[in-house]
Amino acid sequence: MIKQYETVFIATPVLSDAQMKEAAQKYVNLIASNGGEIVYEEDWGLKQLAYPIQKKTTGFYHLIEFRADSQFIDTLETQYRRDERIIRFLTFAMDKDSIAYAEKRRANKQSK
Amino acid sequence: MAQNDEIRYLNPPAVEVRKKKYCRFKKAGIKYVDYKDAEYLKKFLNEQGKILPRRITGTSLKFQRKVAQAVKRARHLALLPYVTDLLK
Repeated sequence: MIKQYETVFIATPVLSDAQMKEAAQKYVNLIASNGGEIVYEEDWGLKQLAYPIQKKTTGFYHLIEFRADSQFIDTLETQYRRDERIIRFLTFAMDKDSIAYAEKRRANKQSK
Repeated sequence: MAQNDEIRYLNPPAVEVRKKKYCRFKKAGIKYVDYKDAEYLKKFLNEQGKILPRRITGTSLKFQRKVAQAVKRARHLALLPYVTDLLK
C-alpha cells in the first residue's frame, strides 16, 4: 500500500561534507531503487543537538519526504541501524493534515 | 440590628476575572502540530522542558495529544531536550 512518509536522520559530525552528501544520496537511491518516489528533500546541515548523542553534541540533519510501499520501511530502517554513520533516525507516516502542512511549508520556503 | 450595614472595604477586593481559556488550535484552525518546529513547541514546555498540562494552556484533549506526540518526537530527534533548566 503506497503511503507518504517523512524521514529525518542525524549523521555524526565526524563526517566531512562529501561523506554526508554521499550518505544522504545512498538513502535517496535506496528509496528510488525500491520503487519509492522522492517528493522533497531538505538538508538542515550541522545543527546543535539538545543533548549529547553518543558523546557528540552536533549532527548533520537530513529530511527526506517520499512516497513508498509500506513493506519498504522495514528495509529502510534496517539500513539505518546497520549504517554506523547515522546516529539517529525517525520515520513518520504522513496523514492528509500533515501532507497539507508539508506542502504549505514548502510553498513558503520557496517564496522566502 | 447589624444586618443592614454591609461591610465596607477601603478598596473593593480585586475580583480576579477568570480569562476564558480557549484552544489555540481550534481558534486558529491549525490541523497538524509539526514535530520539526521546535520554536513553536517551546510554547508548550515549561522551563525544565516538561510538557505543560491542559489546565494551564487550555488546549483541547485532541490537540494536547498531538502536541505531546510532537514534543516526544522532537525530543527523540534531539530538537528539544528531555530535561533542562532555563529552556526559554
